[in-house]
Parts: sequence; structure tokens; C-alpha cells
Amino acid sequence: MTKPMNNDITHHLSPQLLMAYSAGTLPEAFDLIVASHLSLCDQCRAEAESYDAVGGALLEDEPTAEMAEDSLAATLRMIRMGGEPDEPAPARPGTHVLPRPIRDYVGGDLDAVRWQNVGRGVRQALLPVNGDARARLLHIPAGTAVPDHGHQGLELTLVLRGAFSDTDGRFGPGDVEIADQEIEHTPVAEEGEDCICLAVTDAPLRFSGLMPRLAQPFLKI
Amino acid sequence: MAEDRAQGASEWVDHVVRIRDARDEAAFAELFAHFAPRVKAFLIRSGADDGLAEECAQEVMATLWQKAHLFDPARASVSTWVFTIARNRRIDALRRQRRPEPEDLPWGPEAEPQQDDVLALQQDSERLAEALRSLPEKQRVLIERAYFGELSHSEIAEETGLPLGTIKSRIRLALDRLRHALR
Ligand SMILES: [Zn+2]
Ligand SMILES: [Zn+2]
Repeated sequence: MTKPMNNDITHHLSPQLLMAYSAGTLPEAFDLIVASHLSLCDQCRAEAESYDAVGGALLEDEPTAEMAEDSLAATLRMIRMGGEPDEPAPARPGTHVLPRPIRDYVGGDLDAVRWQNVGRGVRQALLPVNGDARARLLHIPAGTAVPDHGHQGLELTLVLRGAFSDTDGRFGPGDVEIADQEIEHTPVAEEGEDCICLAVTDAPLRFSGLMPRLAQPFLKI
Repeated sequence: MAEDRAQGASEWVDHVVRIRDARDEAAFAELFAHFAPRVKAFLIRSGADDGLAEECAQEVMATLWQKAHLFDPARASVSTWVFTIARNRRIDALRRQRRPEPEDLPWGPEAEPQQDDVLALQQDSERLAEALRSLPEKQRVLIERAYFGELSHSEIAEETGLPLGTIKSRIRLALDRLRHALR
């Protein structure tokens, strides 16, 4: 895929999110955005791997549980029935806008996304993740603002194409914005190129304007 | 336990190589004896009953056989690799979620990793384990809960009655020390 230069990423995931991803305790939507950022960011990937190593060290020190008597034999039977080992999927270089974790949910790249208009030219597509947290792709026309809103929980936004700015700074391809209860913001897509991002939330957003609030139940945002 | 630890991380790497290259069932039996009971305990601690934990532990070990050729000892110890397989199985079986994984970096077909890199990584892993063991009890318990207890950071705060900020900085501190230990 066309990777943004890693050096260009200035907004990264927090250690807590990386650790929770490694521990496997995040909602699926959050796993998706973490995996997507890691697909673009070697720095966070290395950090995530060190949290995996913490998990490995803990497993090493785990007290043991007794296995069933025929456990090894049963496992070997399972292996023999499983046939030949999986071949690694060949790495197919190609030019994609969406990193593979997102393509797996969309069923293809950007052209396969089934957009829904949500007003002001902004489009979204909910991704089919399990659990309460939501994941959606957003298409924000260049120069357009996403309605001013606060957050009841945690919202992460990963830029995939284009860029947006708000009071927290400028976010370009690969950057993640982490917004929580304390943040109220109006992200504005930069002029020049439409902005496409993945946003995940663990609670509905609070909009300040009346219209978006009325629309909220229908939009599932 | 002490003998288990004496079995260095590098030696487990050789076991996986024997499985990969020779389908060596004796090597597999030794890996199984060491890791399967730990994986089962990990799954029980995460909320599985004995039957489910047994079944999943067997599947995790079978996966290790099936994916032996994908194991990269320059990037992970065998414990770490087994942990990631067990974690993914837990997410799938206990939480009924998918587990999105990062896209493989387009490095192309990997040559056999350099022995120096393998040794350095395996030694780092042992040092990390030592550093974890030498953490103050409180920090160690927090990290264990984050990994094995299925608790989010905010849940840990509720359980212990500590404000979230303190928890986060403790985990940070612990990890900073771990990172230091890895230098
Ligand atoms: Zn990053
Ligand atoms: Zn927001």
C-alpha cells in the first residue's frame, strides 16, 4: 500500500491504548483503529510488540493449570487432522487508501465503501464491529467542518487521506486524535483534498448544535 | 519452576525450529508440557471454565504447530508468541470479537533472521521477565490485572479505589523501568 512516511506521523497512540491492545481488553472498534495505526506506524508497532513481550513474560510466570490426561495426544490428533500448515499469505504490494485491517471490514478498498450522507456533504459508513463501541469511516469534503461536539467517552480518529485541524493541532495521514470528555472540538478538513478518516467511539457524541442532536439517533453516531 | 526458567528463551526457539523443519513431535511434547498448562491457567483466569480452557489451550498449541514457519525469533520470544496466540483465542472464544491485526509490513519474503538479532531479542526477553519479577508487588499486580484479569484501566481504578491518574502513572512507571531494563 502507499504508506505515508512514518516520519510524518506526529500524533500517536497512548501507551495505555497500546498496552490494552496487547492485553486484548479493548472493544473491537478500538482494536481496529489501533491495528490500522500500527499498519502505518513503525514506532507504535515496536512499542506494541514490547507490550506483547510483557504478556509473554507474565505467561511464563503464570501458575499452571492441570491438563486433561490425554491432552497431548488429543492435540496431536487435532494437528494430524488439520493437514498441512497454513502457507503465509503472499505480501501483495499494491496501492490502497485503506490499511488492510479496515479493508477486511469494508470488503475492499475505498471504492467498496457504502457511504451514507449525513449532511453538509459529509458522508459516513458504519463498519460491522461487535460490541458497544462504534467504528465508522468519515468522508469530509475539503474545507468543511464536522459539527462542534463534545464527548461522553473516548473518541479516536485516524486520518487516512487528507488532513483536518482543530484546537489540538493538525492531523495528517496516519495521525490519531485522542479526544475524551474534556475535549470539545470542531475538526475542519483542510482545503485541497477531501479528508477520509476512521473514527471510533465508546459512547455517543454530544453535539452542541440542535440539528445534529436531533439527527443523532438516526445516524448512529 | 526454577528448572523451567533455566530453560532459556533461546532453547525454546530451537524447539520451534525443530517443529518447523522436521515436524518433531518430541520437541512439540516438551513445548506442550511447558506452555499448555500456562495457557490453560491464563484462560481460566480470564473467565473460561475448565472444559473451555482445556479445549482452547489445545487449539493454541495446535496453532503453534501449524504456524511454526511464521514465527520470527528476531522479533519475539516463544513465550511472547504463545501469549499472542492465546490472547487472540481468548478474544475469539470468550469475548466473541474479531481481532484486527496490523497489516504485515511490506518487507518482502524474509530471509532467515540473523543469529545475532535472534540472540539479542531472546536475551532482552529474559531481562524483561527478570525486570517484571523484581517490580514492587503493587505494580506487578496492576500489570497482571491489566493483562490477565480482563480489566480496563478504569475498572482497575474502581477495584482498588485508586484514582485513574495514579494507576496510569504506576503502569507508566513500571513500563519505564521495564524499558530501562531492556536497554
Ligand atoms: Zn504511532
Ligand atoms: Zn470528536
